[in-house]
Amino acid sequence: MTQTRNPGDVVFEARDLKIGAIQHDGSEIRIVKGVDFQVRRGEVVALIGESGSGKTTISLSALGYAKPGLSFTGGEAMLLGRDVTKMTTDELRPLRGISVAYLAQSAAATFNPSIKINEQVTEAPVLHGTKTQEEANAKALDLYRALELPNPDTIGDRYPHQVSGGQLQRLMAAMALCGDPELLVLDEPTTALDVTTQIEVLKAFKQVIKEEGAAAIYVTHDLAVVAQIADRIVVLYNGEIKESGPVDRIINNPVHPYTKRLMAAIRPMPEAGQGEDSSDEHLRDAPALQAIAIDAGYGARDSNGKPAVPILRDVNVAIERGKTVGIIGESGCGKSTLARVFAGLLPAYGGEIHLDGERLSADLAGRTRAQLQKVQFVYQMADTALNPRQRIRDILGRPIDFYGTAAGMTRRQRVDYLLDLVELPQQFADRYPHELSGGQKQRVNLARALAADPEVVLCDEVTSALDTIVGANVIDLLNRLQRETGVSFVFISHDLSTVSSFADEVVVLYAGMVAEQGPTDRVLSPPFHPYTRLLVSSVPEPRVGWLEEAAQTREAKAGASGGVKLTEKGCPFFERCPLAIPGTCDEVDPPKLDDGNGHIIDCHRPIAELSVSG
Amino acid sequence: MTGLILRRLGIGLITVLAVSIIIFFGTKILPGDAAQIRLGQQATPENVAAFREKLGLDKPYWQQYLGWLSNFLRGDLGISLASDVPITELIADRYKNTVIVSCLTALIGVPISLMLGIMAAMFPGSLYDRVLTFISVSLVAAPEFFTATLLVLLFVFALDIGNAVVVGSTEGKGFFELISHFALPIATLSFVIASQLIRMSRAAVLNVMSSPYIEMAILKGVPRGRIIFRHALLNAIGPIVNVVALNLAYLVTGVIVVEVYFAYPGLATLIVQGVQSRDFVLIQGLGMIFCLTYVILMLIADIAAFASNPRLRHPK
Amino acid sequence: MTSSDTPVGAHPDMLGGIPDPEDTDYFVAPYDEGVSFDELPDSAPKERFRLSLTGWIGALIVTFWVLIALFGPFIAPWGENDLPFPDDYSEFQTPRAGAWLGTDVEDRDILSRIVYGAGRTIGISFAATVLAYVLGVVLGIGAAVSGPKVDMVMSRINDAFLSLPTIMLGLVVVAAVGSSIPVLICTAGLIYATVVFRLARALGQEIMVMDFVEAAKARGEGRWWIITREIWPNAAMPLITDFGLRLIYVILFISSLSFLGLGVQPPQADWGSMVRENLGALQYGESIIPVLAPAFAIATLTVAINLVVDDVSAQAGGRLSKRL
Repeated sequence: MTQTRNPGDVVFEARDLKIGAIQHDGSEIRIVKGVDFQVRRGEVVALIGESGSGKTTISLSALGYAKPGLSFTGGEAMLLGRDVTKMTTDELRPLRGISVAYLAQSAAATFNPSIKINEQVTEAPVLHGTKTQEEANAKALDLYRALELPNPDTIGDRYPHQVSGGQLQRLMAAMALCGDPELLVLDEPTTALDVTTQIEVLKAFKQVIKEEGAAAIYVTHDLAVVAQIADRIVVLYNGEIKESGPVDRIINNPVHPYTKRLMAAIRPMPEAGQGEDSSDEHLRDAPALQAIAIDAGYGARDSNGKPAVPILRDVNVAIERGKTVGIIGESGCGKSTLARVFAGLLPAYGGEIHLDGERLSADLAGRTRAQLQKVQFVYQMADTALNPRQRIRDILGRPIDFYGTAAGMTRRQRVDYLLDLVELPQQFADRYPHELSGGQKQRVNLARALAADPEVVLCDEVTSALDTIVGANVIDLLNRLQRETGVSFVFISHDLSTVSSFADEVVVLYAGMVAEQGPTDRVLSPPFHPYTRLLVSSVPEPRVGWLEEAAQTREAKAGASGGVKLTEKGCPFFERCPLAIPGTCDEVDPPKLDDGNGHIIDCHRPIAELSVSG
Repeated sequence: MTGLILRRLGIGLITVLAVSIIIFFGTKILPGDAAQIRLGQQATPENVAAFREKLGLDKPYWQQYLGWLSNFLRGDLGISLASDVPITELIADRYKNTVIVSCLTALIGVPISLMLGIMAAMFPGSLYDRVLTFISVSLVAAPEFFTATLLVLLFVFALDIGNAVVVGSTEGKGFFELISHFALPIATLSFVIASQLIRMSRAAVLNVMSSPYIEMAILKGVPRGRIIFRHALLNAIGPIVNVVALNLAYLVTGVIVVEVYFAYPGLATLIVQGVQSRDFVLIQGLGMIFCLTYVILMLIADIAAFASNPRLRHPK
Repeated sequence: MTSSDTPVGAHPDMLGGIPDPEDTDYFVAPYDEGVSFDELPDSAPKERFRLSLTGWIGALIVTFWVLIALFGPFIAPWGENDLPFPDDYSEFQTPRAGAWLGTDVEDRDILSRIVYGAGRTIGISFAATVLAYVLGVVLGIGAAVSGPKVDMVMSRINDAFLSLPTIMLGLVVVAAVGSSIPVLICTAGLIYATVVFRLARALGQEIMVMDFVEAAKARGEGRWWIITREIWPNAAMPLITDFGLRLIYVILFISSLSFLGLGVQPPQADWGSMVRENLGALQYGESIIPVLAPAFAIATLTVAINLVVDDVSAQAGGRLSKRL
């Protein structure tokens, strides 16, 4: 590009932009209802909103692209002074990949599985003739290095499925940047990543955007992420801008009620010492539900009864009556497996499950109806957990009939009561699941578990598929239900801030083993297991400058690499641990260090060392 | 990958064995036996018994089966019950005729259908696409003899070229002479497989074209031709080979009706005669040949599906 | 808006909407404190199911043939083996009053034979498809909910049959036991039961791993409840769509067997055997109608069913797969 790039120039501007779906009868269903905003050179503008807000649709307009079925129905999208909504595909082609580049949410799906990475990364500038293949290769190599990818010299010769998810996400950034674009469009580029990976990717993105001097549109639903990367925020709801302005102003001083609600839905991490003290309530009765030395896994079993893919090793967890235990860990750590072991859906091959002090059969068939009734499971995806061919009345009514839990009411009254309990109108009883929104379905999903009048409810990532505000409302509901019914919850999540705001106790799982467990406030304050420390320090906080601080204090640079895999012996965190003792940590199972009050850390390092802040 | 293919080959082998068992014992459950049929109703019980022994029909079924299978593998298909001639002799000429028609159909019909199908996928929703889809939706459900009749109507009755009966020697004929000689059967079979092939190849390419990596290529400003030939076709080729093999397997069925329709001296007319004259030895032999071809084509279809998966082609 | 805790940056006496004059970078939309921001709908409301134009044409033709099949013998001008012109000895007479489609190789009225044949072709095919469905669905869903061993044995046996061309299986059976209408129905029913089995088993397995089925298992529900209340209601719709498609294949199969002389036996009329009987007319170049008419009858029926099925599966199938 021969144009000079002056900071402050307007790179992209939406003027009363309208996008909609034209129906067969000629009417329009409008998705984007007239939005105005500007993106200047050197600036990152975040589009924030929940699903259905139109944020992705707006961001794609910068490339002159409307998803199949949608079309530009009004206004202008000016890219470098030209209205891309009025251009033909042939006119747009030279701009795409060169003037404006796109980064999608799932790199795994956006890389062509049959073409080597380097060809895809360098394709745009080479095809458009802005770089020769050699120049593009050199640029790509620079980017691989800047993005801290392992083996930058050879990674381009691999196929997409041969590198990890986090690496692929960074490679997609390299693909977008290879053509030296003036505007980058990033669509939820870190949403699919684990927190400890996300922080690395975010850091790399931020640095590269700054170095390249590009402007960017960053689409996300996560205000905490926005605070790290954006200069300005545009808050969207239902295809309209509700509030827009500099990042610190919006975050510290939101004005519009919708923005306020978005902010309120973010639960701050509790500071040390906060949270209720539950210390002396321990050890009174037998716990409601208890896992003792559980070993579990999937696949065919060998002659010793050991499955082909072991997932959990020696897991001990106790759920006290009327309390909530949060189980936290990254994808693949075995947290859902543990819930399935509790429920009897996956029989453990070692260890025992106790309900009210009595041993439970490992599999479903060996459990009595009364035992099944007391432990209920709530699935992550309400969409698949509710039979699409049954009305809500039948979905809720069946457990009532099956377990006989009408409690003196008629079935109809009991269903109405349950709907009240989860704050849904009673007339929903006659609807089918697909007539409900995502949050409403999740409430029905919960109500079905409560219909059994259980002692323990296992909640498997119940808020993960929901938008921020909707998810926060479900958490509030769970809190209220616990107060009103005295039920115990096992709350499984990858989201530390959600768990910590709600659970009495936390169990941190890593690669199938418990790293640390105890009362929430104690687990989330020193002394830390090294993994817990990495996890806690990786959760973005909704304030400007957190990323830079975290990058400095975070000890686990090593945290970014290494596979999450259950090991035969020793500590599974060994490969990534900054405090690892070779010869000990990888050979001997870590001892359980008791910090008092039921706070236990599984580590070879003494407590005193773990207390030192990183 | 190799392991998967070997496994699939193993399953193929087992299938062939199962098929041979079905065919052998399927023709064994009938009333009467080969000796009786061969000697006719007038034969004395003693003669029949003696002949049974000669044919080995007095042995247990499984011994007969093993004998038949090993003979088949050595290329000995037995002696026809109806005409007392070795089956291999009966089918020698006809085999060539059937192979010629099938291969010519594959050579002409497959490339044209693929081209039409892929083009339809390139312009989904266009007039061309809609017309082609409508025609193939209609043709796919029509019986072979309807297609054949329409073609006869067009070429024989309206244009007065070709003949509704295909007879005469293929000796010494060149490629194009063969094509004109077999024009009607080939055209019929081509239409029959084309209707499936167009729909399935269109669906295979459309499926790839709707994937996020194609959208990404569009957003990188990659020209249309390169999107189709570099980004899409590379991933669609496995499914397409799969579709082609499946349809060639279908040809095995289609050829039977078409040969009978045109009174064409091929294997299929022979097997129909075999059924009518209850010549079980002939049915067993020909049945195995048809089923083997079919099983092998299905095998190719499956292996193509494996091979199309880049994760299997380029393991970690 | 008379809120006492007016936020900084908003103008106390207006409903927002006007950018802060000192800060052109800032914008806040008009709002009302009382308004709640509901969760946005998951997806656009479903469109009601409607047949397209081609779907309507298909449905009309199918209805026509079903009526002919049911009431054919009452409206046919002649019996199926009657000779309209007993004095005329030439075969393949051209259409004229009394025999609107002419006569066949044995001087019988082609129109009447097509009307009679409709009942036979459609009746046999329908009965065979129903048989295939009863067997295939019961065994297929059964295999899906059974343990892996039972499932594997059933599937392997089924795969062996599936790996044979259907017409070959038909030939072997007809060679073995001869041809009659019950034999045809059972043969076609058994052969196509293998296809239905595979479909029903795949559907059953797909639904079996859905969370709502697991939830029912975790509740302690028995197998019967799971099959009838959880799996069947979700499998029914795709199976019904497939029924139409399978009916087409069975019609083509029965007609092909008859065409090869191995299906419905003379003198009974059936569309496939009519083509065969009159093939001479074509081969000697005499007349096209005796062959074309029955072939056309089959084609209109199967193509019409296909048009309806295509419409239904495009609309219902798409929707269903999205929901499952």
